[in-house]
Amino acid sequence: MATQPNLSAETPIKHTIPREEFEFTWPLPPRQRPDLKDYSAASLAEYLRTAPLEDIDIADPIYWETDSHWNYFKRLRDESPIHFTAQNSNRHRGYWSVTRWADIMAVDTNHQVFSSDAHLGGITLFDMDQDFIMPMFIAMDQPKHDVQRKAVNPIVSGANLQAFEELIRSRTQEVLDGLPRGEVFDWVDKVSIELTSRMLATLFDFPQEHRRKLTYWSDIATADPEVPGNLQKEERQAVLMGMLQEFMGLWNARVNDPEPKGDLISMLAHNPATRDMPPMEFMGNLVLLIVGGNDTTRNSITGGLKFLNDNPAEYAKLRASDAATRPALIESMVSEIIRYQTPLAHMRRTALEDTILGGQHIRKGDKVIMWYVSGNRDERAIENPDAFIIDRPRARQHMAFGFGIHRCVGNRLAELQLKIIWEEIMKRFDTIEVVEDPKRVPSAFVKGYQSLMVRIPA
Amino acid sequence: MAKITYVAHNGASTTVDVADGVSLMEGALQNGIGGIDGDCGGNAACATCHVYVTDGWGEKTGSVTELEEAMLDLADGRKANSRLACQIFASPSLDGLVLEMPETQH
Repeated sequence: MATQPNLSAETPIKHTIPREEFEFTWPLPPRQRPDLKDYSAASLAEYLRTAPLEDIDIADPIYWETDSHWNYFKRLRDESPIHFTAQNSNRHRGYWSVTRWADIMAVDTNHQVFSSDAHLGGITLFDMDQDFIMPMFIAMDQPKHDVQRKAVNPIVSGANLQAFEELIRSRTQEVLDGLPRGEVFDWVDKVSIELTSRMLATLFDFPQEHRRKLTYWSDIATADPEVPGNLQKEERQAVLMGMLQEFMGLWNARVNDPEPKGDLISMLAHNPATRDMPPMEFMGNLVLLIVGGNDTTRNSITGGLKFLNDNPAEYAKLRASDAATRPALIESMVSEIIRYQTPLAHMRRTALEDTILGGQHIRKGDKVIMWYVSGNRDERAIENPDAFIIDRPRARQHMAFGFGIHRCVGNRLAELQLKIIWEEIMKRFDTIEVVEDPKRVPSAFVKGYQSLMVRIPA
Repeated sequence: MAKITYVAHNGASTTVDVADGVSLMEGALQNGIGGIDGDCGGNAACATCHVYVTDGWGEKTGSVTELEEAMLDLADGRKANSRLACQIFASPSLDGLVLEMPETQH
């Protein structure tokens, strides 16, 4: 059941500041942060457990870098399931957080009211740069969304995936066989990035020797320019223009082929729905396909290894499986890894009209954030949700891929990649030890890992 | 109660009893019938319980909502008789219904 309306609630009515009334400045005004003795994971988690909800702005990357956000979402689910954040609204205009499974489902399936349009800000908590709008089909409404999505859908359809399986397996074997024994190395770099970048280069028919460029562009596209060490806004835009330039070369080389080839660029260049895209729209769809095909699977590959190390009984269960039971176990484990990781923490919508959601008045123009990371831990929908259980019944029923017309188009490919890597890992290595806490991505959108140091016993 | 027959893409056929009011997606999951995933739990929000309703049963299985139509439109192997099994509920009038499955769910 979705949250029942509470029309008598005396909560102050707050709304997202309309774009036309918002004074956009860059850099953004300084962020209000709690005054704590330190910003360790423990201090931040304790703060989120007790602080007044209205003081907290969970968009702050510090909560994600430290993995300390969990208490906050548990409180929202229990106390304020449709919750407005005004703190730091001079930076993000203010946003609603939707945190229960059923309410997220209600938003995700109501694309008539809750828009994804890039021109309204798009699909992430912070608006797309309005001087650098990249339309992409995930950030479009019907009908244009549908025809563009259909242009790329065949590459990840069931029949096509069967053709990929052998290639994915042989590459996975090659990468795993090349791993060092008895020494510490970064699993993210040597395995997660390596495998996802090779796959992505194949999907684009992009030169394999330059595949790490795809990883670089993916990271740049989602990197918060405010985080120290990340590129500044203008630098980021320049890098993305360079990406466009490079892909235009591939486009031009393929657009005049008599028949489209099987790669994404060729498919876009030949489909009537996409062949006349303006350059920024081509760029937008590239960013979508690169991030969608890269960050997400990469972080689930990393997450799975961490979760098994954190849950030795589950790792033992996997080891104890045999030829008869292992395939089904790995299949459910793959879904459980994706749920437990939730590699994209949220998706955002913009209300196209006034509506009531869980008893709260959502006004036209309000930003609505669907926190998948919270829905996937909602006790109302999932039994014992904080436990990682590789043989969880109905493990497929998670919301990490989103629901409704914008549901992840590459979900089956992601599952296939994860299935193969775990099949091949278990053929080779009895154990892979995580030797220290991972370094996490400072982002409320991409929920992932910068590094995870591991060792395979000699 | 209705006897429902699920025919996999490879032709393998399974007939099970589904209790009144239970969706035919749920009926498949409860009976361990492969080829129907039901990822969204029955909200017409994912299209992983895509089936083809065989001749003569179309009207009895009810109408298609806007959301179901939108999800089917994006599914692989869409046909005129495509439905989401989670939006069809067992009743005596569906006794004997035969559902065929697409090659893959997506």
